[in-house]
Amino acid sequence: MPNYHGLFVILSSLLPCIIFLIVFISIDGFIKGVIIQNHLPNSLILLGQEEVDFSVSILRNNIHNLQSILSLEILSTDSANSLYNYYFFYRAGFLTLIICITTFLAYLAGKKLNVRFDARRNVEKILKFIFFVFSIVAVLTTFGIILSLIFETVRFFSQVSFSEFLFGIHWSPQTAIREGQVGSSGSFGAIPIFTGTLLITAISMLIAVPLGLYSAIYLSQYARPKVRNYFKPILEILAGIPTVVYGFFAALSVGPFIRSTGESLGLTVSTESALAAGLVMGIMIIPYVSSLSDDVMTAVPESLRDGSLALGATKSETIRKVIFPAALPGIVGAILLAISRAIGETMIVVMAAGLAANLTANPLSAVTTVTVQIVTLLVGDQEFDSPKTLAAFALGLVLFFITLVLNILAMVTVRKYRERYE
Amino acid sequence: MVDGTENDIKPNGNYSSDNNLLIDCKNVDVFYGDKQALYNVSLGINEKEVTSLIGPSGCGKSTFLRCLNRMNDVIDSCSISGNITINGEDIYNPNIDVVELRSRIGMVFQKPNPFPKSVFDNVAYGPRLHGKIADKDEMSHKVEASLVRAGLWDEIKDRLNEPGTSLSGGQQQRLCIARAIAVDPEIILMDEPCSALDPIATAKIEELIDELKTNYTIVIVTHSMQQAARVSQRTAFFHLGNLIEVGDTENIFRSPENEQTEAYVTGRYG
Repeated sequence: MPNYHGLFVILSSLLPCIIFLIVFISIDGFIKGVIIQNHLPNSLILLGQEEVDFSVSILRNNIHNLQSILSLEILSTDSANSLYNYYFFYRAGFLTLIICITTFLAYLAGKKLNVRFDARRNVEKILKFIFFVFSIVAVLTTFGIILSLIFETVRFFSQVSFSEFLFGIHWSPQTAIREGQVGSSGSFGAIPIFTGTLLITAISMLIAVPLGLYSAIYLSQYARPKVRNYFKPILEILAGIPTVVYGFFAALSVGPFIRSTGESLGLTVSTESALAAGLVMGIMIIPYVSSLSDDVMTAVPESLRDGSLALGATKSETIRKVIFPAALPGIVGAILLAISRAIGETMIVVMAAGLAANLTANPLSAVTTVTVQIVTLLVGDQEFDSPKTLAAFALGLVLFFITLVLNILAMVTVRKYRERYE
Repeated sequence: MVDGTENDIKPNGNYSSDNNLLIDCKNVDVFYGDKQALYNVSLGINEKEVTSLIGPSGCGKSTFLRCLNRMNDVIDSCSISGNITINGEDIYNPNIDVVELRSRIGMVFQKPNPFPKSVFDNVAYGPRLHGKIADKDEMSHKVEASLVRAGLWDEIKDRLNEPGTSLSGGQQQRLCIARAIAVDPEIILMDEPCSALDPIATAKIEELIDELKTNYTIVIVTHSMQQAARVSQRTAFFHLGNLIEVGDTENIFRSPENEQTEAYVTGRYG
């Protein structure tokens, strides 16, 4: 197996090399800091820790070029030269070290090779390790995101009470820029924005579930294969349209249309309405419902369908009484996934439903959702520790929790579904 | 049970039964797309006896069986020509109600296919569908009677609310038979009903088939020649889409007229 012998040498020398590089990059900043700190003039150190940290961070960013170190005018020419040399040797030394180690490992691996050496199995071990590391990276990233959400949320609740956030009915997160400004005390009652989310999600599901489900029934049970082969990809294109396109479709076409229709019926409709956003979002979500439901209904064994037909059931009776119940858990899973997609949708709502946090169940008025509020909280210049900014993390955490629960529900129902027949 | 007017017509083959002709197929050709699956098959099936269809895999016996209750309609590419009558009524007449036709013809499939519903609901499925029985007590009686007939009642009378899929393979297949019986069909079609079952379950089903033939006309496709010999009164041998020979089961297995039939039943090919 000459291929495996070669692969073994490459993997066993390059892999440690890459690991060393990653370690090098992660401790690089720290080492640079130590070198720089040793070169700082005493006069600067006397000015206090804050000043030192500031100089270190500026120097660190310019350390690659002697000219720019000098132009900062923090260090004297001598110590700038010395710093640059130090840095140069440190970097060269490290690179040489890595090359030496790699060559040495390659030599060792090469020495190991002989006719009886089982390179194939050793390569397998190394590959297993690589896959393990990659999956660990993915999992750790998830935990990192959750932890950062939790920490910032805890900071938020140190400034705003838990019950105000969860049960307050007034949302206006503006905090004062100057003392004594009008409306300076922000209020963080999240109820209006959660009801807004609920309202828009409900409207979009009212559109997406019947349309998606019925088209799935048609595609999986009635359509000829040829029709199905054309219809299904076209339907799935809906999911591929960028949400911003849906957004301006909702804001510029659907919104005004709903308003003019409403006015001709004598209703007051704002241009930005929950209905417009919900309608368009529902259309966007159709493929999430239809595609998955289509798959689960197609997966219901042919034998069940034949069994029902042979008993003298019509096609629609068979669908209603046998196929739909058998596929129901899968369909519920599909709908739950669609709901979590609807809750997370931002762009359409920003453009079509507005930013006003009204506590209302009227689909014709403007509402706002959790995701939209997160966007508006974080857009623009912000103080990073004001309750306004931190509120975004609290909202994000709640949102994450809701979609997590929905996803788990979806997973559980889908798993149950697998046990239903056979 | 309707008495046909053409009962005196005898099917082809060396026929020696006293029973009336119920299903009469003449010159049946079946195509799947461009591929022909059955060639000019003419076969008569008698009332209240068991007719078995034997032959190697892919010989068209299942296709023929599915012609009898028009289950081939489900397959888009399938087209059928020729003439099939049941009680003298052309079942491929465009005016015929396929759903009503299928309710007169029960079918049992190769793999037990109980619905993922309770045992009771499985059996009650057909009667409910046709709205024949509205009364709850009457429905319980119907379910019980069907299960008794399928020889399943004593085994599962305490488990009527458990899912049909939780029964053993043999019980599932008898549940499927009970489900078919519950619609009061004249004819029961069985497509290799024992091929997924162990020998004990198979024996039970065979026993059941033997009892059922007093009330129903049964057509059974089977790969097991012993089974054909045990349960059927008449046997038809198919090969490559042709009906090679049909006759009394005893004659087919003892002294077949056709060489191919002899080769098959003595195990020399197939």
